[in-house]
Amino acid sequence: MSHATGHTLPAGEHTVTGISHNRLLMWTFLASDCMFFGSLIWVYFAYRGRYFEGPYPREVLDIPYTSVSAAVLLLSSFAIVMALTALERADMRGFRGWLLGTILLGALFLGGQYYEFTTFYHEGLTLTSNLFGTTFFVLTGFHGTHVFIGIVWLLVQWLLSLFGKLTPAHVERFFVTTLYWHFVDIVWIIIFMLVYLMPY
Amino acid sequence: MHEHPTAHAQPGPATWVRVLVLLTIATILEVLTYVFESTLGVLTAPILMIFAAVKFVLVVAYYMHLKFDNRILTGIFAWGMLIAISIFAAMAAIYHIYGQPLLTP
Repeated sequence: MSHATGHTLPAGEHTVTGISHNRLLMWTFLASDCMFFGSLIWVYFAYRGRYFEGPYPREVLDIPYTSVSAAVLLLSSFAIVMALTALERADMRGFRGWLLGTILLGALFLGGQYYEFTTFYHEGLTLTSNLFGTTFFVLTGFHGTHVFIGIVWLLVQWLLSLFGKLTPAHVERFFVTTLYWHFVDIVWIIIFMLVYLMPY
Repeated sequence: MHEHPTAHAQPGPATWVRVLVLLTIATILEVLTYVFESTLGVLTAPILMIFAAVKFVLVVAYYMHLKFDNRILTGIFAWGMLIAISIFAAMAAIYHIYGQPLLTP
């Protein structure tokens, strides 16, 4: 089968590398975001296990609950790649369905994070309660902000497709959006492993 | 602006499903590693890192299409990752030198 997402240049766009400007820009942004999250993860690790007072991670972290959240985000990555394939095949109904699924899964993840944050708050863990609270909320909060931006972006694309402003002719534009969404997923893969599962 | 994609032989839904299955298996094994942490002992951390790395590579290579895309993009992303990991490693080394190694309880 053929796919459009290998090496695509929008009509009229000429580049030295043969890569579209949007795609090159997005990958450059994602590389810089790696450094951003790398710094936040580093700060989390710098203070890890050096908390002078509770609540401590093992007292509040709910691994089964977060495992489901992680699975939801992984599933959203699958849904968006299916949406991309549907768009490439000019299957607009399928595209909107998979895209809406991605948005809902993203919203479910974000809702789960809100629930987790409020639960922690009621258990005494706040941004200022101890070093764990500060580093945990900053790291996962910035990730949640990325997810929120992604949901808004996907929602805009869904509405554009509904009004015929996003068509199979705009595969490259949508592909760049999917890169951002997948990045949000891979960052969570790292956070889930380092913050939640890594032994204390 | 309309875009005219160039057709390239690339995987489709069947591959996306296979990748999802692998991601699910890796996640389940990750959680099981956490559950059997006391049995696995010092192996827990490396095992968790391996599963996370597998998931990371699967998403980047297949879902983000880096495996099928221009190598320049892989280089750009790898460069960002390399800088992030280098900073992490350098800081970990400094902490180790000053007697405060990471991952301590």
